[in-house]
Amino acid sequence: MIRINDLSKEYKTKNGLVMGVDRVNLTISEGEVFGIVGYSGAGKSSLLRCINLLERPTSGQIEVNGLDLTKLKGEELRKARLKIGMIFQHFHLISQKTVAENIAFALRAASTPREKMTSRVVELLEMVGLTDKKDVFPAQLSGGQKQRVGIARALANNPSLLLCDEATSALDPNTTLSILRLLKKINRELNITIVLITHEMNVVKEICDRMAVMQDGRVVEEGSVYEIFSNPKAELTKEFISSVLSFEVPQTILDKVTGSIVKVMFKGDVAGEGVISDMVQHFEVRGNFLHGSIEYIQEVPLGLFLMEIQGHPDNIKRAITYMEGRGAQVEVIQNGH
Amino acid sequence: MGIDIQHVIELRPDILKAFGETMYMIGISLTVAIVIGLPLGIVLFITDRGLFLENRIIKGILGFIVNMVRSIPFIILLVALIPLTKLLVDSTIGPAAASVSLSVAATPFFARIVETSLREIDKGVIEAAVAVGATPWMIIKDVLLPESKSSIVQGVTMTIISLVAYSAMAGVVGGGGIGDLAIRFGYYRYDNTIMVVTVVILIVLVQIIQQLGDWTSKALDKR
Ligand SMILES: Nc1ncnc2c1ncn2[C@@H]1O[C@H](COP(=O)(O)OP(=O)(O)OP(=O)(O)O)[C@@H](O)[C@H]1O
Ligand SMILES: [Mg+2]
Repeated sequence: MIRINDLSKEYKTKNGLVMGVDRVNLTISEGEVFGIVGYSGAGKSSLLRCINLLERPTSGQIEVNGLDLTKLKGEELRKARLKIGMIFQHFHLISQKTVAENIAFALRAASTPREKMTSRVVELLEMVGLTDKKDVFPAQLSGGQKQRVGIARALANNPSLLLCDEATSALDPNTTLSILRLLKKINRELNITIVLITHEMNVVKEICDRMAVMQDGRVVEEGSVYEIFSNPKAELTKEFISSVLSFEVPQTILDKVTGSIVKVMFKGDVAGEGVISDMVQHFEVRGNFLHGSIEYIQEVPLGLFLMEIQGHPDNIKRAITYMEGRGAQVEVIQNGH
Repeated sequence: MGIDIQHVIELRPDILKAFGETMYMIGISLTVAIVIGLPLGIVLFITDRGLFLENRIIKGILGFIVNMVRSIPFIILLVALIPLTKLLVDSTIGPAAASVSLSVAATPFFARIVETSLREIDKGVIEAAVAVGATPWMIIKDVLLPESKSSIVQGVTMTIISLVAYSAMAGVVGGGGIGDLAIRFGYYRYDNTIMVVTVVILIVLVQIIQQLGDWTSKALDKR
C-alpha cells in the first residue's frame, strides 16, 4: 500500500517558487492500477517522481508498504528503490549496452548471484516477449520494444510497485494497447501495484481501477475510474471525460429536432436499449437516437445515448421517470417545441 | 630558397630524436592526464547540482583548482613549476622535466573535457539507473563511462593534439621535441628546410591522430 501524506514539492526557479505538487493526499491499495491524469504542467511527473524520491519532497510523507521513504537516505534509500520499478516515456535505456546487459544492470544493483543472472534475464525477456532481442542494442529496437526492455528492467528485482511516467505517450495507438495489456498482465499475474500518469483518458479507461485528476499541483478529483467516467464532478474531469465520451451532434441536426433532447446513461448491467424500447412501447412517445455508445470500463459497460423524444410533454415526463426507475440517469438537454 | 634534401638527410638523426622526444612527452603527460583527469572529470560531474553525489563544497573546490591551473599561460606554468619538476625528476631540463608541466596543464584540460562529455549523456538514463537502485559506482562504471566513451575518445584526441602544440614550447626548458627543433633551427637560424620539414611532420602527425581518434570513437559507439 502507498500512502501519500500532505505531499508538497516546491521548485526554486528564476521567477520564484513553483508549486510542482501542492499538499496531495492519496492512498493507493495493494494490487491496484492507479492512474493520475492532468494537463501538461499539472504536477503529475513531480508527484510520481516523489514516490521513489527521484525528487525529494519539500514536505509530507511517502509511505510504501509501511516504510516512510522520506526518512531514508543513501544506501537505505537505494535498497528501498530496488523494490520500486519505474518506466519512462523515453525509455532511458543504456544505449551502449545490449538488451540483456540493460536488464542485468538492474539485477546487479540487487547483487544477484552471477549464476542466477542469466536465467533471470531470459525469464524476464520471455515475460515481455523479447527473447529474440537478447543481444541487440537499443538503437535497433522499435519504441514498443524499447519500452518492453524498460519494463523487464523495472521488474528485474520483483518490485511490489511499478511507476509509469507517460509510458505509452511516445508510442502509436496499437503499440500503446499492447504495452497496456502487458502492464495489465503484470498487474494481475505478479500482483504488482501500478501507478501511472498520462494525459490520455483512453489509457486510464483501458487499465486503471482508480484514478486522480490533477491541476496546478493539486488533486481535484479522485475515485474509481467507473464512477468518475459516469459521474465526473470537477470541471476539468468533465473536460477529460468528454475527450473519450464525446457527444458532438452537428448543430444543423439539433436545429431540425422538434422533440425533447435527453442524455441517457446506463451504468453496469442495465440493458440500455431494452429499457428504451420498453419506454417507447409504454408511453406513446417516439425516440430517435442522435448519438450513442457503450464504453467498457474495466469490462463493465457504460451506455450513453443522446436521443430525441417526441410526444405529449406529459408523456415525455412520464417516460423519463420510467427510465430513471429502471436505473438510467437522464438529463434533459433541451425541451421540445 | 627551396628544400635541401641533402640537409634533411644530414639532420635525420636530430629529427628522429626530436620525434622520439615529442612522443615521450606526449605519452607521459597523456597518461597522467587520463589517470588523474578522468576521475577528476567524473567527480566534477557527479557532484554537480541534481546529480547522484551532489556536493557543492567538493565541486566548488575542484572546479576552482581546475580553472586556476587552466588560466595560467603554459609558458608561465613551465617556469613556475621548476621547483616541482626538480623535486619529481631531479632535473629542470629535458623531456622528462617538460613532461611535468605538460601533465599539469593537460590534466585539468582533460578533466573538463570528460565533464563536458558526461554532461552530454541523457539525464534520464542516469535517473533510470538511480531509480533501479544502482550504486554510485555501478552508475559510473556501467552508465557514465559506456555512454560517454565515444565522446571521451574524442576528448583524448583533442588533448593529444593540444599536447603536440604545447610540447613545442617545451624548448624553453630544453625539453626537445619536433616543435623545439622547428623553433631552434627554423626560427632562430633561419633554416627553412628544417622549418618546413618539421611543420610537415607536425601536420601529418596531427592529421593521423585526428583520423585515428575519429575512427576509434565511431567504432565504439553502439547507437
Ligand atoms: N526541475 C524543475 N525545476 C523547476 N520547476 C519544475 C521542475 N520540474 C517541474 N517543474 C514545474 O512544476 C510543475 C509541474 O511539472 P510536472 O513536470 O510535474 O508536470 P506534468 O504534469 O508531469 O506535465 P507533463 O504532462 O508536461 O509532463 C510545472 O509548472 C513545472 O514547470
Ligand atoms: Mg510529466
